[in-house]
Amino acid sequence: MEKLTEKDINPKILQALMDIESDVTVDEALENEMILNMGPQHPATHGVLRLLLRLDGETIVACVPDLGYLHRGYEKLAENMTFYEFIPHTDRLDYLSPMSNNVAWVLAVEKLAGIEAPPRAQYIRMMVAELARIASHLIAIGALSMDVGALTVFLWTLREREKILDIWDLLCGARFTNSYTRIGGVANDAQPEALAMVRDFIVQLEGSIDECERLINSNKIFIERLDGIGVATKEQAIDFGFTGPNLRASGVEFDLRRATPYMFYNEMDFNIPVYTEGDSLARYFVRADEIRESAKIVKQVLDKIPQGETLLNQPKKVLPKKVEVYSKMEELIHDFMIVNFGINPPKGDIYSAIENPKGELGFYLVSEGEGHPWRCKIRSPSFVNLQSLPYLVKGHMISDVVAIIGSLDAIMGEADK
Amino acid sequence: MELKELITQKLQENFPDSFISSNVYMGDLSVEVDKKDIVKICTLLKENSELEFILCEDVTAIDWSKRKDRFTVVYHIFSFKHNFRLRIKANVDESDCTIDTVSSVWNTANWEEREVYDMFGISFNNHPDLRRMYMPEDFEHYPLRKDFPLTGIPGSLSLPKK
Repeated sequence: MEKLTEKDINPKILQALMDIESDVTVDEALENEMILNMGPQHPATHGVLRLLLRLDGETIVACVPDLGYLHRGYEKLAENMTFYEFIPHTDRLDYLSPMSNNVAWVLAVEKLAGIEAPPRAQYIRMMVAELARIASHLIAIGALSMDVGALTVFLWTLREREKILDIWDLLCGARFTNSYTRIGGVANDAQPEALAMVRDFIVQLEGSIDECERLINSNKIFIERLDGIGVATKEQAIDFGFTGPNLRASGVEFDLRRATPYMFYNEMDFNIPVYTEGDSLARYFVRADEIRESAKIVKQVLDKIPQGETLLNQPKKVLPKKVEVYSKMEELIHDFMIVNFGINPPKGDIYSAIENPKGELGFYLVSEGEGHPWRCKIRSPSFVNLQSLPYLVKGHMISDVVAIIGSLDAIMGEADK
Repeated sequence: MELKELITQKLQENFPDSFISSNVYMGDLSVEVDKKDIVKICTLLKENSELEFILCEDVTAIDWSKRKDRFTVVYHIFSFKHNFRLRIKANVDESDCTIDTVSSVWNTANWEEREVYDMFGISFNNHPDLRRMYMPEDFEHYPLRKDFPLTGIPGSLSLPKK
């Protein structure tokens, strides 16, 4: 193993690490502190997160995260392409729940353009967004369990997630990078077979979750690795800017689906799971409960989903169906105009956010009346949630860092944009 | 509508010099203020018991390219009490490309402001740890400025040594 020397670390990062005044007290402190480089290639950092840890023995005295290894400049790219062209790029933000990123993007663009998709499309979007939440939380739980040593759960939750991928395969023809939503609707109507598949999945999901929970909820190692580790109090959680499950694990009942309802969430009956402990275990419990609540919403969507159009009839803003483009002159012209020049929303700026599996995914769009956005800011939940990491790991052991990263459930594709 | 008027009124009363304008677009309330009082304004919005904007969602900036005040720093803050989101805008000119940090008000702003510094080169006074967020520390340009080409600048990113 190669020794880390000072020239391997950028002096500014090193300075930041050494400047942190730590209040961590260690019994029988060692004479020298050690600097440990963790990542960016490390299986437990869930991507390319790099941490510099200042250690006293095995206790963490200070920590400086170093981001940017997956920075692809999506905000810059968005400024140089039309609103339609950016849909596939949203898949690559939080790559564990591409569907809900798609939904977030089109809702933002629709708000900017002042249009609204037909009810059936909105219901389908709600269904896929909730399925994405289930898929993402399944991974989060599985990966967290694997990080603390319970490998079986990972295999079982991935098996369940595979069924969701199969549903998406049938629904839109892609398993991972879906790009299913369109401005003003969805790419294609949900087939009866796909809806039947969703129903079958939801029915058997409950049993599978119980199965996983039986394996870990009473497992002494699992509980002890997480209980009381990385505690964020209610005030701290708000100060860190937590949103989503991490915030709710600290005792704040805040969910954008309830706080600022979008689509038809105000017609849905669901609970918001809240835990007050604020530790890694509570964050796990919130996710497990949210899977059940999402399943409840999907069930209601399937019961209530209306018949009708899935694409808005607004030729200047919404791409026509491909069949019509090939057979009708008007549609061909509109298709040409939208593909080449964009939808030109009026001058103005909007912020639109939805409750993503990781937290609040928001888009701040500034339009100058052109086909592409003048400015597109992605407010990614993982980025903001990660900010708390130096505070949460302080005073814990190295092995707890892994558990805390896992329980925060940050995705680097989204944190680095 | 009452809350929107209350916010505007509160800002107008307390900061008659710095408050510039407010407008509502697509249901979003946005207020424009002068950058010199930004910390005081944010503290008021956070600590006033009638408003309580305790969650800072986002800090970002816009590059207007050829306008006189080239940059606009944009804050999005949220009040759990009213379930309401407010947008604050403050103009920053290129000749004096600085603004006071609000990371003392909301801790979240720390990284968000670092990102703005990294991408636009706006520096935040009194920021506790103003380093680049995504780009390497020795990178010299500001990628989200409009004069930075989409294709990048060849040779500006150094390869690892060894």
